[in-house]
Amino acid sequence: MTESAKKKSTLIILLIGIFLGIIFWGGFNTAMEMTNTEAFCISCHEMEENVYEEYTDTIHYMNRTGVRATCPDCHVPREWVHKVVRKIQATNELYHKIVGTIDTPEKFEARRFELAKHVWKTMKRTDSRECRNCHDYEYMDFDKQEFRSAERHEEAFEQFEEHGAARDAGLTCIDCHKGIAHRLPEEYDPEKDIPGESIYYDD
Amino acid sequence: MKTKLTTLTLSLIFGITGSSALFALESLRGDEPLTAESSRPDKFRQEVVEGGFDRSYEKQPPLIPHKIEKYHISLRQNGCLKCHSRKTAERENAKPTPESHFITRDGKRLNRLSTRRYFCNQCHVPQMNATPLVQNVFEGD
Ligand code: HEC
Ligand code: HEC
Ligand code: HEC
Ligand code: HEC
Ligand code: HEC
Ligand code: HEC
Repeated sequence: MTESAKKKSTLIILLIGIFLGIIFWGGFNTAMEMTNTEAFCISCHEMEENVYEEYTDTIHYMNRTGVRATCPDCHVPREWVHKVVRKIQATNELYHKIVGTIDTPEKFEARRFELAKHVWKTMKRTDSRECRNCHDYEYMDFDKQEFRSAERHEEAFEQFEEHGAARDAGLTCIDCHKGIAHRLPEEYDPEKDIPGESIYYDD
Repeated sequence: MKTKLTTLTLSLIFGITGSSALFALESLRGDEPLTAESSRPDKFRQEVVEGGFDRSYEKQPPLIPHKIEKYHISLRQNGCLKCHSRKTAERENAKPTPESHFITRDGKRLNRLSTRRYFCNQCHVPQMNATPLVQNVFEGD
């Protein structure tokens, strides 16, 4: 092979590589996006009949301004790395779908406490990252909030300021806001979930 | 004769009151014919009051001074107890359910809420900023 032909073929291989790369990358990201919609989540009846039905009764589904939070907004991280990790974890859901772990409402209720605890632990660990994608203490107008809310938020916000992150001080959104999107599990006992003394993050 | 007279007076009285009641009768829809679309009811907002409402009489179940849409009361969960149970109230700056709520109708003191107090909003209700449809002249002590 001549020197110029060699160069040419390298160039072609490189171009093909880039081309395929773009297609796969695009396809990968499209797949990521497609699986990041509410429609996808509730394509499984397990998700639709229980948690979705309950969620339609809450403020994150319908409210005065029409701004919504959908399933992935609360359950799938926005940052790329965290998102890929969550998607890989989600293949576990596929397995349970196939074996039918929660394929009836009764089975779902029986397992709800386990599932809820997974979510609580995750949110506690991430300092309720997904909530904070939309909500931020710093921009809450305490004057406009109900007195009960303002009182508790000021307290939590002060800790947040002092420690840099609510997680160090111990209190984050999920500590005080369990059950905002779905019904709480039967086993949940508020007396065991006093903010700061909760037993629901233990293993 | 006497009975006849009484019957007459009675029927007169009933006639008058009955017919006047008939004329005063108005449905909640007003004069609108049944086939027409009813007019939109007035919109009201819930009154949210810091510190709570004053009570009108001693044993009145206090009115709820905050929003309650988020809290469910079902066989499984009672959302009010998140803040009003004995153990959680202090932390939430709320009042715990009083002693009376633990007593059964036979006067027995239980360690948990008496079932007759389980459905809180059977007695405790929020308030709207609406003008009362009927004047209330009750005076408490
Ligand atoms: C293939 C059907 C299917 C789809 C699609 C699906 N899920 Fe699930 N999901 C399941 C099953 C089955 C479980 C129960 C897993 C188990 O029992 O451990 C589950 C569990 C969960 C849990 C509990 C998590 C945990 O850690 O235990 C959450 C949260 C969840 N799904 C959210 C979602 C969201 C958000 C979407 C859309 C992005 C979604 N699911 C799409 C079938 C599905
Ligand atoms: C996609 C953005 C988004 C995410 C994510 C989100 N929220 Fe919200 N949330 C909203 C909006 C918008 C409203 C206000 C709706 C209105 O009042 O118009 C709201 C309202 C609320 C309210 C007020 C409820 C009421 O009845 O007044 C609470 C509490 C709340 N969110 C907590 C949370 C928590 C906890 C999380 C995390 C688990 C979370 N939110 C995640 C957008 C979001
Ligand atoms: C120390 C406990 C506590 C923490 C931590 C906390 N909240 Fe709250 N929040 C409350 C209470 C109590 C209320 C009022 C009662 C209710 O909503 O059930 C409230 C109310 C709200 C409301 C409605 C405000 C209103 O009055 O209209 C929003 C929105 C909200 N919280 C979001 C959040 C978000 C987002 C976080 C995390 C960044 C958070 N909260 C952390 C206790 C807390
Ligand atoms: C506003 C944030 C928010 C939204 C929106 C939301 N979830 Fe959740 N989800 C939570 C929280 C918080 C939990 C933890 C349990 C709890 O506190 O109720 C949870 C728990 C779950 C669980 C575990 C079972 C349970 O009931 O605890 C599943 C499954 C789930 N969510 C699926 C979904 C699906 C599907 C959607 C969309 C229809 C959705 N979620 C929308 C916040 C949200
Ligand atoms: C997030 C915490 C929280 C939840 C949940 C909650 N409350 Fe309250 N409630 C409070 C606080 C805090 C006050 C104190 C208000 C004050 O006195 O300023 C209060 C006050 C009251 C009062 C007035 C007491 C008095 O003596 O004036 C009643 C009645 C009441 N709540 C009933 C309920 C009922 C019924 C529910 C369930 C539908 C409920 N609450 C759920 C926090 C809560
Ligand atoms: C059968 C009616 C009834 C039911 C049901 C009921 N209450 Fe009461 N509640 C009362 C009455 C009457 C009072 C005032 C007299 C008293 O203290 O016993 C009161 C007082 C209270 C007070 C004020 C205590 C104080 O120290 O001033 C709170 C808080 C309260 N109830 C919460 C609740 C909660 C939470 C529930 C549901 C778990 C509930 N109540 C169910 C009738 C009821």
